Amino acid sequence: MFIVKNRTFFYILSSLIMLGSLFSLFFYGLTYGIDFKGGSIIDVRYTGTMPTLEEMKEGLASSGITGYSVREAGLDGYIIRTPHLSEVERQSALSAISNGGRWVGEVKRFDSVGPTLGKELKSKALISLLLVILVIVIFITFAFRKISEPVASWKYGIIAIIALIHDVVVPTGVFALLGHFKGAEVDSLFVTALLVILGFSIHDTIVVFDRVRENLRKNNERRQKETFEETVGKSVSQTFTRSINTSLTTLITLLALYIFGSDATRWFSLALLVGIIAGTYSSVFLASPLLVTVERWQAKKQLKK
Amino acid sequence: MLKTRLLALGMLLLGVLLAFFVYQSEVNRFPVVGKYVGQHPFVLGLDLKGGTHLLYKADVSKVGSGDVDAAMESLREVIERRVNVFGVSEPLVQVEHSGLASGSRDERLIVELPGVTDITEAIEAIGKTPILEFKMFKGASPAVLAGVKDTTQFMAHFSDTGLTGQFLSRATLEFDQTVNTPQVSLKFNKEGQDMFAKLTKENKGRYLAIFLDGALIEMPVIREEIPNGTAQISGGFTPESAKALVRNLNYGALPVPIELISTETIGASLGKEAVDSSMKAGLIGFAIVALFLLFWYRLPGVVAILALSLYAAIMLAVFKLIPVTLTAAGLAGFILSIGMAVDANILIFERTKEELKAGKRLGDAIHEGFSRAWSSIRDSNISSILTAIILYWLGSSAVIKGFALVFLFGVVASMFTAVTASRLFMYSLGFNLERRGGIINFLFGSGFSGK
Repeated sequence: MFIVKNRTFFYILSSLIMLGSLFSLFFYGLTYGIDFKGGSIIDVRYTGTMPTLEEMKEGLASSGITGYSVREAGLDGYIIRTPHLSEVERQSALSAISNGGRWVGEVKRFDSVGPTLGKELKSKALISLLLVILVIVIFITFAFRKISEPVASWKYGIIAIIALIHDVVVPTGVFALLGHFKGAEVDSLFVTALLVILGFSIHDTIVVFDRVRENLRKNNERRQKETFEETVGKSVSQTFTRSINTSLTTLITLLALYIFGSDATRWFSLALLVGIIAGTYSSVFLASPLLVTVERWQAKKQLKK
Repeated sequence: MLKTRLLALGMLLLGVLLAFFVYQSEVNRFPVVGKYVGQHPFVLGLDLKGGTHLLYKADVSKVGSGDVDAAMESLREVIERRVNVFGVSEPLVQVEHSGLASGSRDERLIVELPGVTDITEAIEAIGKTPILEFKMFKGASPAVLAGVKDTTQFMAHFSDTGLTGQFLSRATLEFDQTVNTPQVSLKFNKEGQDMFAKLTKENKGRYLAIFLDGALIEMPVIREEIPNGTAQISGGFTPESAKALVRNLNYGALPVPIELISTETIGASLGKEAVDSSMKAGLIGFAIVALFLLFWYRLPGVVAILALSLYAAIMLAVFKLIPVTLTAAGLAGFILSIGMAVDANILIFERTKEELKAGKRLGDAIHEGFSRAWSSIRDSNISSILTAIILYWLGSSAVIKGFALVFLFGVVASMFTAVTASRLFMYSLGFNLERRGGIINFLFGSGFSGK
């Protein structure tokens, strides 16, 4: 009940979170991974002596490669980012890295993506994101089709979308920030994380909506008079423990993955961590109160008539 | 009651068997069993075992639209032959038609070279333009070629003619009018016509060898002088073999240039680290989730842990049996799904507890817990399944597809273990379903406090 009663407070809080994320997004912009913007990454680790950062940069510059950036990776290597390298450029970059055998390095990872492929992957990612949102709305409208009083089923779908947009914007804003300061990248894996977040958040939203559906039916059967606000409030508190616990077990495994898991999925698990917290929050504190607000609007309109 | 217990026991046994299967097929501890069960190792993606993934874009603009598929198939065969020369174990060469989302249809070629990280040589060899060559066989009978393995020795049996694919304008598949057997027709261009006429005039009765990319693909006998630049190769073809020859000849006449658009190379050590750390993360995640379930949900928590173990065993066995190519993202998806799989259990137990608090008998409470929670479980899992399908369908790389597949199996398997299996376990515990209050409220209650 507390949440539904104080919904204005939570609307303000949600708006602030959204605005903060959007600000970060527009102020810092996203740092795209090479699969979206094209480019090459060389991850090299040395045994024995290794070049200094300066020597590394000099070597790359003298091999004719432009637009590169070098970051230290651990104590024994570097991660070099360049625009998309042709085969000839790749070979000269590799020889610069070992400086003709002066340093013994192993290339642990070499990734390269051409610019046209990058564009395609980006549009594909965007399409899949939109498609998932669309399918979910259609599904919710379908699943809740028998509810028409007092709020029509397609409105449940629209509210679910508002919650979903919140869940996508928050991690994206956080990644804009992390990209600027920590080098986190927005790539295919990040978009995959967003899709999983959407799925997870919709779980939570469906559970609460499902309870609303059930309580409405019960009230109807027992001819119980209860305001819509009370019904939603009751439904939220009945499902609250479940929402928190499910998020908790998922967060536990994600934390394990973030702390102990592979480097390849480190940012992925962080994106999921942020998104799942946002998703749980939006289902409980945003989507359900919105149901009540929508019902209020309708009531006002009818009065005017 | 007895039936429920037997079924529950069977379910547990299934879990144990699956777990044993996973263990046995990984380490082959008992060779006797191994003989019957066979070896089913986990199939690891390139990012976990190390290797190189190359993506080429094929320029098919010069190929007629009806011939694109044939040209790509021929390109695939040529590249596969070249890759095999490197002695790479289990290389993968496949054609991919893209353009679903981008609008323009692109023909692509994927080359995967497990274990290869020094790619300079491979890239050079793959990128070479293939050549179709016509050579004269020096000997009298092709029998002398049998058993010659050494390339130099083999090639010593042939002499150059100067006639190559650039002089061939087209090869077509035809059927002999009288006996209806397949034959291959060659049409040379103006320059090729003269060369071919001279060649056939001088070498009547000898063998003409056709090489694509250095490999002998056909060796017909020259029966007569062919002045008009149109020749038929007939005899001994099946429709399929004739089709393959036509494809290869046309491809040699108009090779499809390829351009490397994406490279991914991962050192074996990095892959091994990823496997080890994912396993560690999975075990730790599982253990903490299990502890949480035990302390928060008490007795039903134990049931949920059993169901979760069954879930893990089923998933690992499915990975092996299908088999699913595991990637770092796929493993992450599996670990994530362990946390999400208990969702259904949590929904059910919360509901059961609520009903008990309302003063219902234990049997009714459990029953209500399962039946009332079902609609949420169904609806939310359907939305997950839809998400997984879209991800798999639009997923741009093996990484994303691998994740989507694991995620999809996870959702389906968890619906089974968390609902069907948990219900069996719960009923077979043997509580008096008529009871209410007291110890029951404690055992089926929740939270870390005594109440």
